[in-house]
Amino acid sequence: MADFDQELDASGLNCPLPILRAKKTLNAMASSQVLHVIATDPGSVKDFDAFAKQTGNELVESKEDSGKFHFLIKKS
Amino acid sequence: MEQKKLAIIATKGSLDWAYPPFILASTAAALGYEVQIFFTFYGLQLLKKKLALEVTPLGNPGMPMPMGMDKWFPVLGLTLPGMQGMMTSMMKKKMQSKGVASVDELRDLCQEAEVKLIACQMTVDLFDLNTADFIDGVEYAGAAAFFEFAGESDICLYI
Repeated sequence: MADFDQELDASGLNCPLPILRAKKTLNAMASSQVLHVIATDPGSVKDFDAFAKQTGNELVESKEDSGKFHFLIKKS
Repeated sequence: MEQKKLAIIATKGSLDWAYPPFILASTAAALGYEVQIFFTFYGLQLLKKKLALEVTPLGNPGMPMPMGMDKWFPVLGLTLPGMQGMMTSMMKKKMQSKGVASVDELRDLCQEAEVKLIACQMTVDLFDLNTADFIDGVEYAGAAAFFEFAGESDICLYI
């Protein structure tokens, strides 16, 4: 996995908490910094894709690794 | 791009129905929407500082019941005293074990994200509700005020 500036472990949390926590964490980050989110909610795959499209933050990577979902989001 | 707007009318005051307005409002706010929720009738219960929301299986054949109770347990049995409290605590436990946020938490997140919470003044008066029991930051208004925002909204939901 590529480099990131901050990490958010949203494992065990269900919709819409992973998105809300990610948004809050991004708010405190600087433009072009990268946030790594870890989640276990299968719905988060489509949700982070939709979140990125609607907020203009770039979803750099989205992958599953041994039951966990990993997202790299670059703040716009 | 102009900020999108979401207008919600929340009319129900049970534990299960407390979720849709707060989940959608908090998520929309995270996506950059300006959001207002207009609470009327039983929805006003969702504004109380001390939430005492319950869920009832009565009149709700779609509610999944533990241990296949919906198959063998007579509907009349659901009217027994204490049944609603039991169902409520089971539902809360289930939600916690699945990582679903509490209503309090989602409501806090809405307020943090500057979702505007508006109580219908007419139903507050109708039910003799004490506004001192409501959380801080609630505004009081009527139908015309709702339309001022809803008329400009991109999405408008009645829940």
